[in-house]
Amino acid sequence: MFAAKRFCNSWTTAYSEVAPSPLTTLYYAVIYIAMQYIGAKLFERELKKGSTELLILSLVEQRPRHGYEISKLIEQRSEGLLKFNVASFYPLLYRLEKRGFIRGRWVEKDGQRRRRYYRLTAEGKKVLKDQRNCWADFVLAIARITGEEHA
Amino acid sequence: MPDWSEEIRAALVGLNLNPAQEASVADELAQHLEDRYDEMRHEGVDDAEACRLLRSELNDGRLVTELKGLLPPVSEAISPGQDIRERLLAGLGKDLRYAIRMLRLNPTFAAVAILSLALGIGANTAIFELLDAVVLRTLPVQSPQQLANIREIHGGRIGNTVARQKNFSVALWQQIQQQQKGFSGIGAWSTETFDLGRGGEAHYVQGMWVSGSFFRTLGIQPVLGRLLTENDDYRGCGLRAVVISYAFWQRSFAGRTDAVGSKLSLDGHPFEVIGITPASFYGLEIGRNFDVAVPVCSESAIRTESSWTQSATTWWLDVIGRLNAGWTLGKANAQLASIAPGIFAATLPPEYDATERKDYLRFGLKAETAATGVSELRAQYADPLRALLAISGLVLLLACTNLANLMLARAAARQREIALRLALGASRRRLIRQLFTENVFLASVGAAVGLILAQVFGSVLVAFIGNSENPVFLPLYPDMRVLLFTVGIASLTCLLFGVAPAIRIGRVEPGTVMKASGRGLAGRQHFLLRRGLIVSQVALSLVLVVAALLFVRTFRNLVSLNPGFQQDGVLVADFDFSALHVLAQNRADYKRELLRSVRNIPGVISAAEAAIVPLNGDGWNEFIDIPEQGVSRKLVYFNAVSSCYFQTLQIPFLAGRDFDDRDIASSPPVAIVNEHFAHTYLGKTDPIGKTFRVRQDGGKPDRIFHIVGFAGDTRYRDIHDEPTPIVFVSPYQRPIADTDSTFIVRSNEAPASLILSLKDTAVKSSPEIVLNFSVLRTSVLEKLTRERLMATLSGVYGALATVLAMVGIYGIISYMVIRRSGEMGLRIALGARRTSVVGIVLREAAALVAVGLMVGTAVAIACARTVRTLLYGIKPVDPLTLIISIGGLSTIALAASLLPAIRAASVDPIQTLREE
Repeated sequence: MFAAKRFCNSWTTAYSEVAPSPLTTLYYAVIYIAMQYIGAKLFERELKKGSTELLILSLVEQRPRHGYEISKLIEQRSEGLLKFNVASFYPLLYRLEKRGFIRGRWVEKDGQRRRRYYRLTAEGKKVLKDQRNCWADFVLAIARITGEEHA
Repeated sequence: MPDWSEEIRAALVGLNLNPAQEASVADELAQHLEDRYDEMRHEGVDDAEACRLLRSELNDGRLVTELKGLLPPVSEAISPGQDIRERLLAGLGKDLRYAIRMLRLNPTFAAVAILSLALGIGANTAIFELLDAVVLRTLPVQSPQQLANIREIHGGRIGNTVARQKNFSVALWQQIQQQQKGFSGIGAWSTETFDLGRGGEAHYVQGMWVSGSFFRTLGIQPVLGRLLTENDDYRGCGLRAVVISYAFWQRSFAGRTDAVGSKLSLDGHPFEVIGITPASFYGLEIGRNFDVAVPVCSESAIRTESSWTQSATTWWLDVIGRLNAGWTLGKANAQLASIAPGIFAATLPPEYDATERKDYLRFGLKAETAATGVSELRAQYADPLRALLAISGLVLLLACTNLANLMLARAAARQREIALRLALGASRRRLIRQLFTENVFLASVGAAVGLILAQVFGSVLVAFIGNSENPVFLPLYPDMRVLLFTVGIASLTCLLFGVAPAIRIGRVEPGTVMKASGRGLAGRQHFLLRRGLIVSQVALSLVLVVAALLFVRTFRNLVSLNPGFQQDGVLVADFDFSALHVLAQNRADYKRELLRSVRNIPGVISAAEAAIVPLNGDGWNEFIDIPEQGVSRKLVYFNAVSSCYFQTLQIPFLAGRDFDDRDIASSPPVAIVNEHFAHTYLGKTDPIGKTFRVRQDGGKPDRIFHIVGFAGDTRYRDIHDEPTPIVFVSPYQRPIADTDSTFIVRSNEAPASLILSLKDTAVKSSPEIVLNFSVLRTSVLEKLTRERLMATLSGVYGALATVLAMVGIYGIISYMVIRRSGEMGLRIALGARRTSVVGIVLREAAALVAVGLMVGTAVAIACARTVRTLLYGIKPVDPLTLIISIGGLSTIALAASLLPAIRAASVDPIQTLREE
């Protein structure tokens, strides 16, 4: 399902690119249909990978959070569908930080150990907006194609 | 709850993070795990189970791989230095790139090194190419190893040699052709210059006489038309067919195909061109090219009077043959030896007397390998070229010592780096290999540039050797031998200048070097190498300077030699009037008439006719007897000259009278002799009035000559010859007069205008007279080309060697001074005068130079003896030359050491002591 990753990755890496065109959406849709034959498990994993970035970014949009908090929230709000372990989650986090979409800072509160809080950067805000649009279009396309045929 | 940070650190160890970053990541991950642990405990999972789950999460291996690209490591992993299983050529590319980078950082050093290598290798390669072309290259014919030249073995012959080829007469050639068995094909050939025009100034082409079987024997195929065959060469063939060379075809016919079938006029006789030889065939003489090939049988048609074909005593043909399959040279020689007596008996010249007959019948035949052709050029230049190769080899050696010194200096500067690398585990072998890669790279670039320079230099050399009268045709190209030579000397130079620093690397002790101060007070032993370099440089340059002086003085001796007459201001004009067909009895008067008109030209101071122009290379000798003095059958040089000959050439006339109008064909034959003749054959007596007899052919009575005059000595044939007895007779008293007159004209006018006046005079008499002009001084100088070449090149090399030695000595002494500047500073601080410091340095330099001069003198004396044959008028071990060379070189060497010595003395003692 590399197309999925590439689709959304293309937004994250160069957000200044032109906004997704209907063609790309259609392309993604076609690939999605093809990938049905590869297997649900593979699909799930790759989709998870491609969409996690969007999830992380959206969760730190309102206020800074630390790593455990983010992963817990994702797990809760997806009702257990998306679960992460240490080895898969933190590399994603660091990657986003390296790209400059989120910034991590050690914060020490009274009576507590220091924790690393991540907040969204200005660049990250833009990327988040683009990714949201991308996913909205995608979902619409999927719904249109796979929706029940009306007689 | 276990301490997760320890386990996390253990998991992250492969990332090689810096401590702060490691702590940060470990902290963050530890908290995550703790929170998870708390959550699981909250859910009711027991301690052991929770820990197990979390540990499996941590250690699933993906953590490190995922984080690897994200977090920067603290430093690059150090790869181990000493890999015993390392392949020999592993990392060669890296070595090369490193070498190129090092040289780019030191552009001056690279430029100096490459330039000196290119010049040295280029000069050597050019001379080797020339040597290869002249001596080693085989003929461009089919299977040259099967070819053999047949020669005549004789003690001394009576007769005429008229061409460069001197072995056989036509009669002998025909006999050999009939009776030989050892060769599948043999051909006879000779050379001649033909005049293409009809009258006026001659336009000569190089001609080759060939027998019918010549081209077949050599396996030459025509490029157009056909070549001469046996059917074209038969007695009485007259003027029929000729073959032209490719070069002549391009030059005169512009490569047109209608050249075949067109007419060509040779010496006024018409021939038809029937074919063209291929571009690769230039004849059998190295250094010459032919234009026209004419059948031998046409010679009697071209030269109607005194044809060489009819004469049994004119030897003008060389014979080349292809050995039969299975026949060796020895076998062929045996067969030739068996037929020789019969052949010589059958061709005995009828005009010979008894002694001459006996000698002739003893002549023999011999076959020798002809793979490399014959060559006057080779005979003249083989030895000089070998000497020049040796000289340029020495210059290259000198350049290499300079390079070795430069390399040593660089190696010394990099000592700490090398020690560090050794300490960190690099193998010595690897370091030496890296050094050699650098050297090989330098040598390769130098050799490549040198090869290009060699082509330029080679063509300059060829142009130097040739001249208008004797153009040299020598195509130079780098064939396999030359390339191997170049690669060979490049490798040798590389080895020479690379081996010293490599040894140094081998001896570096990392511990000692690192502990020592910045400049490194390494022991005095490494100066030994440098001292050896100075000694060898001085010795080499002394040898080269001595050689240069010897050759230059030889040339000067020859050029300023007094040949007994005044060369300057003399023009030689040859008037060939054979086309006029003047009857034999009228020729003497016609010649006198011509001489008179030449003398009447305004601007002519004096003019005379001479059969032999002195120093021209021609010769004529006869046997004389003087019964009264007991002189019997002595061979003496002759010349036929008109009146005013001695006056024109300003030869001192010592006694008696010159030739004049009294001496005609019907009056008694008179002669003028030179001093040498008088002393040799007439003793202390006055030569005037004495007589001598000249034998005649065919049993005719001796001609008795009366000596009427006595002149000073002159050189005869060649400027290298010693003075010899010469007899001068009158051309108008000769039994048969020639159909050409050679005039020697002295005038103050420029040669160009004089030539025009002479042309006018000739045309007034008849436009069909063929003319040829040359300036006497120029012709004589052109004969000294060999010595001029040696003098010029060895002079240039000698100067180059001196410069190289000076630069080298300066560099080495400077280096030694810098090394010892601490010691000098100390001395000055302790009260030594600056001049004494200068003295210390100069004394050391002087000692080294003295040793070098001694070694050099010994080598120079040994080498000079080997080139004895190339010298003239100077002994190989000439004291004056040695003294001048030694004096000059020691002055230069000491001057080169003076600057560093002064710098040593002007060192600031406080500064140097501080640095200690």
